[in-house]
Amino acid sequence: MTISTRPPSPVSGARASVAVEALQVVNWLSRILRRGSGTVAGGRVGLAIDPGLLGTLARHKRIALVSGTNGKTTTTRMLVAALSDGGDEPVAFNGTGANMPAGHVSALVGSPSTGAAVLEVDEGYLGAVIDATSPRVVVLLNLSRDQLDRIAEVRMLVDRWRAALGALTVSSDGDGPPTVVVANADDPMVAWAAVAAPTVRWVGAGQVWQHDAVGCPACGGRIVFDQTGAWACDRCDFARPARHAWLEGSMLVLADGSRHPVVIGLPGQFNRANAAMAAMAAPFMLDTDRGAPPGVADLMDRVGSVHQVAGRFSSIDRHGHTVRLLLAKNPAGWTAIFDLLDEAGPRASPVVLSINARIADGFDPSWLWDVPFERLAGNPVVVTGDRRLDLAVRLHYAEVAHTVVDDPVAAVDRAVEMSRPADAGVPSIDFVGNYTAFADLRGRL
Amino acid sequence: MTSPDRNAALTIAVVYPDLLGTYGDGGNGLVLARRAAWRGIDVELLQADSDRPLPAADLYCMGGGEDGPQVRAATALRDDGTLVAAVDRGAVVLGVCAGYQLLGRSFPDSADRPHDGLGLLDITTRKGSGTRAVGELVGDVTGESPSLPDGRPLPRLTGFENHGGVTTVGAGSTPLARVLRGVGNGGGDGTEGAWNGRVMGCYLHGPVLARNTTLADLLLGWAVSSGTSVEPLLPLDDSEEMALRTERLAAIEAHRPSGWVRRFRGLRL
Repeated sequence: MTISTRPPSPVSGARASVAVEALQVVNWLSRILRRGSGTVAGGRVGLAIDPGLLGTLARHKRIALVSGTNGKTTTTRMLVAALSDGGDEPVAFNGTGANMPAGHVSALVGSPSTGAAVLEVDEGYLGAVIDATSPRVVVLLNLSRDQLDRIAEVRMLVDRWRAALGALTVSSDGDGPPTVVVANADDPMVAWAAVAAPTVRWVGAGQVWQHDAVGCPACGGRIVFDQTGAWACDRCDFARPARHAWLEGSMLVLADGSRHPVVIGLPGQFNRANAAMAAMAAPFMLDTDRGAPPGVADLMDRVGSVHQVAGRFSSIDRHGHTVRLLLAKNPAGWTAIFDLLDEAGPRASPVVLSINARIADGFDPSWLWDVPFERLAGNPVVVTGDRRLDLAVRLHYAEVAHTVVDDPVAAVDRAVEMSRPADAGVPSIDFVGNYTAFADLRGRL
Repeated sequence: MTSPDRNAALTIAVVYPDLLGTYGDGGNGLVLARRAAWRGIDVELLQADSDRPLPAADLYCMGGGEDGPQVRAATALRDDGTLVAAVDRGAVVLGVCAGYQLLGRSFPDSADRPHDGLGLLDITTRKGSGTRAVGELVGDVTGESPSLPDGRPLPRLTGFENHGGVTTVGAGSTPLARVLRGVGNGGGDGTEGAWNGRVMGCYLHGPVLARNTTLADLLLGWAVSSGTSVEPLLPLDDSEEMALRTERLAAIEAHRPSGWVRRFRGLRL
């Protein structure tokens, strides 16, 4: 049997074909002219020509969607790893983080017409993409405030998610099994949306940020959390659903009692949570007519092969010192990063903070005042980025000593000057930036 | 209520951060508390969640929040009664955005149905019909704005606004500032904010007191003073705050957003 080296044409229909051609040309131009990563511009053109293009491209594929405020890109990457058995078909995914429909069609155009695809989806587009792609799995990570001047309020998002998931049917329509929702049971906002779905797997992935979940979405009462992470409304019976799996430290515990260590290539409890969600979602994406599916331990092994995601958690060398690159975009994300820095134990290594407020970051950095920067007291801090002066004032009132440096690369070099001689492999400097600040530095170093 | 004596404890309360804390405005409480502590004033900063009685305090800060929680906060504060009673006894109140709106006579829910506010400011808010007011907001004080203890006017006010409500100031309150850039109250009179007595509200985030330290000291001075004589506070090194102010005011001049950019901001692409 000969194996064709050219993937079968993914589209039929004149409009879709024209859309795909235009998409590929525009993306190629975008890359050639260095205007971008060559994903969104072409996707927009393709969708303008054929608004049904995403559905057409997804029709014969097994699709997993990943959404939430924090962790989408990492969990998507981990799920791709879990589904990659080193064999034939590469798993398609939107690796550049273009997570709206224009990015989705670009990611699918490059892939074969069948096979698996994992798409991270911006929270505001989840309903539309579920409609278009009829996914096998929808992974819901968390919901908290993000980019205050850009997106809808958290509660509006929850209501829209709930409506979209409630529209899923128990029995499959067309070919393929019904959609399974893999949801973080520790997040009341996610739980409120996911209880509307007919088929849910509840995973206790943890809840770093509780401040947006206080009002009960069911009755207006108050959600109360206990030390273990369990939560319940103090007025109605809305409470954490029984979980199929949960994290106890670095151990993934299943409801059947089995325990699996979560040993992965990325640091921090929040990444163990992402890994747990990916490992629990993977089985629903596997081809059941290919023999016994891999068990949780094997899936976790594959997830463990991921050591950096789009540059995040990667380390670079700068004048003999290791600089670890970390991304944080909102109060929940920053809190998780501080937890990560604390995990390494007490040390006074320099931290470089870079904050921009461009379109992708959200124009207003008032959210900096919800971030517990007080936790950096004791570390030498260098502040940079477009909005370094806002951050400087925040740190002034946090009583955290800091140095302001205009240029981000110069800021890293100032931190290098402050470093002690490096221990092998241990990052001597941590750089934490928000979305465009992170991309800027990564592009320059 | 604590004695408003300069050497006794000063209590600052952030009101219902669990409901009105989505915009970083809790930072106003932090700024006030630090500025008091740096002057040697013995100060206590309380985060007063909505599940217990509102504590007695000399100064209350209320921030921005979403529509549903705003209605819950107003109902809870009316039922609780502490805030209104405290204002009667001379407490200082700063409300921002949703916090500002609910200090007034009425404010809208997400369906533009009016709900009773606390009636501490003579303002009425309705939902605006156009695009949201989002962007840098700059206003100059007027002859009717509160002035500093030595009689000087407040400097130009700067911050960031993000609201869909339109607020009208009635005869019983006074606008805080005249808008130079941005929308502010949006009721067509070109004003921003409102105040009367020791109650003040505005649409400025930033948070507003981090961007406007003279305003912070005005409110702090009111809170630490007894009767009607307001003692001036010792100066602090505000060089970082001044650098931020200068940068923000210059940034507005350099990047006047075109109408296209303002429409783009509201689009999902």
